[in-house]
Amino acid sequence: MTIKHHLTDDLLMSYAAGTLSEAFNLAVATHISLCDDCRAALAAYEAMGGAILDGGDDVAPMSDEALARAMVRLDMPAPTAAPKKPKHPVLPAPLQDYVGTDLSVIKWRKLGMGVRQAILPTKGKGSARLLHIPAGQAVPDHGHRGMELTLVLKGAFRDEAQQFARGDIEIATEADEHTPVAMGDEDCICLAVTDAPLRFNALIPRLMQPIFRI
Amino acid sequence: MLRAAVGMGKGYWDLADKVSKAAKGQETGAGPDFAGLMLAVRDQGDRAAYGVVFQHFAPRVKAFLMKSGSDAALAEELAQDVMVTVWHKSAQIDPARASLSTWIFTIARNRRIDYFRRARRPEPEDLDWGATEEPDAADMYQAAEETRRLGAALSTLPEPQRALIERAYYGDLSHSEIAAQTGLPLGTIKSRIRLALERLRQNMN
Repeated sequence: MTIKHHLTDDLLMSYAAGTLSEAFNLAVATHISLCDDCRAALAAYEAMGGAILDGGDDVAPMSDEALARAMVRLDMPAPTAAPKKPKHPVLPAPLQDYVGTDLSVIKWRKLGMGVRQAILPTKGKGSARLLHIPAGQAVPDHGHRGMELTLVLKGAFRDEAQQFARGDIEIATEADEHTPVAMGDEDCICLAVTDAPLRFNALIPRLMQPIFRI
Repeated sequence: MLRAAVGMGKGYWDLADKVSKAAKGQETGAGPDFAGLMLAVRDQGDRAAYGVVFQHFAPRVKAFLMKSGSDAALAEELAQDVMVTVWHKSAQIDPARASLSTWIFTIARNRRIDYFRRARRPEPEDLDWGATEEPDAADMYQAAEETRRLGAALSTLPEPQRALIERAYYGDLSHSEIAAQTGLPLGTIKSRIRLALERLRQNMN
């Protein structure tokens, strides 16, 4: 599997720095779970954080008893780490924390024209959801007020110009008006993250927008 | 690794000696061998090695958190948490993959997100590395060397570019929030950061 559509430097650096909202963190972490190139790039941006932390003479002295206090805490039981999740052919580990361990447990809601969505619970700015697009079907034509990331988990879609398969991430900005269409004879499942509500061009979907929170 | 067969008495004096040297900044030459120290913490639970790591990094983590907006008392508490996590998660230490400073940075970053936003931070799925072999010495120091070179390259950037990159890492501010704070358009912030990164890449090559 070759991934053709990657994260931007801006997103990678912001993820490394820890300044993205939870919804965007989820999309970045899920893409990196599938993409070795972006995983390597993330390591470089995290190394930049290490260099900044350790660079220069920027220190704030700790209190005199700080080390002794830490030593006492070393003997206290460590918080238990979450068990390693089983590998899933569609849902990378970070997504399993939000939707469960299998597609069958996802609670889909109809969005019209056969398209279904499941909103994922995230805090802070932006929203994350899974989209289920039947083979050959289009997601209603929409633009964005902000940035939208669409990561393919299963199947593939194309918009006006390009094709996106599993692991590929489409980064659409305010200026883009696009109509993703599920390609081939397989249904397409995507993780879609926006930092502002979508803006549909047809009248009916716009009326539905507050109801469906898209 | 680091004198595994050390007795209790000698261990104590090692601790006192190393910690006081580190605290006074008396390391000479290349400075402490953090790759070696971190393996001693991981493999032997070496408290002397941990003490050196603590005295070096705790004040840096505290400074990092203060720049993110914590007051000194809170930054001290959170730096304590970060350094205790370093001990408890030491099994994850892999000097071939990340330098100690990089690894501690990620722990400090995650503690900051957890404390200030009370939000989860989704992390990428672990790679299945298969049977793990102990890296050879060259691999072991490569990540540390890369972080050091990155730090050196950063320090050669013109001040405004360096400050912008540091700010993007230190503060809990998105690029658009930096834009709002500095009064510069978001596009300008992003292009300045991009320029700084390009310059860094050139400096690294």
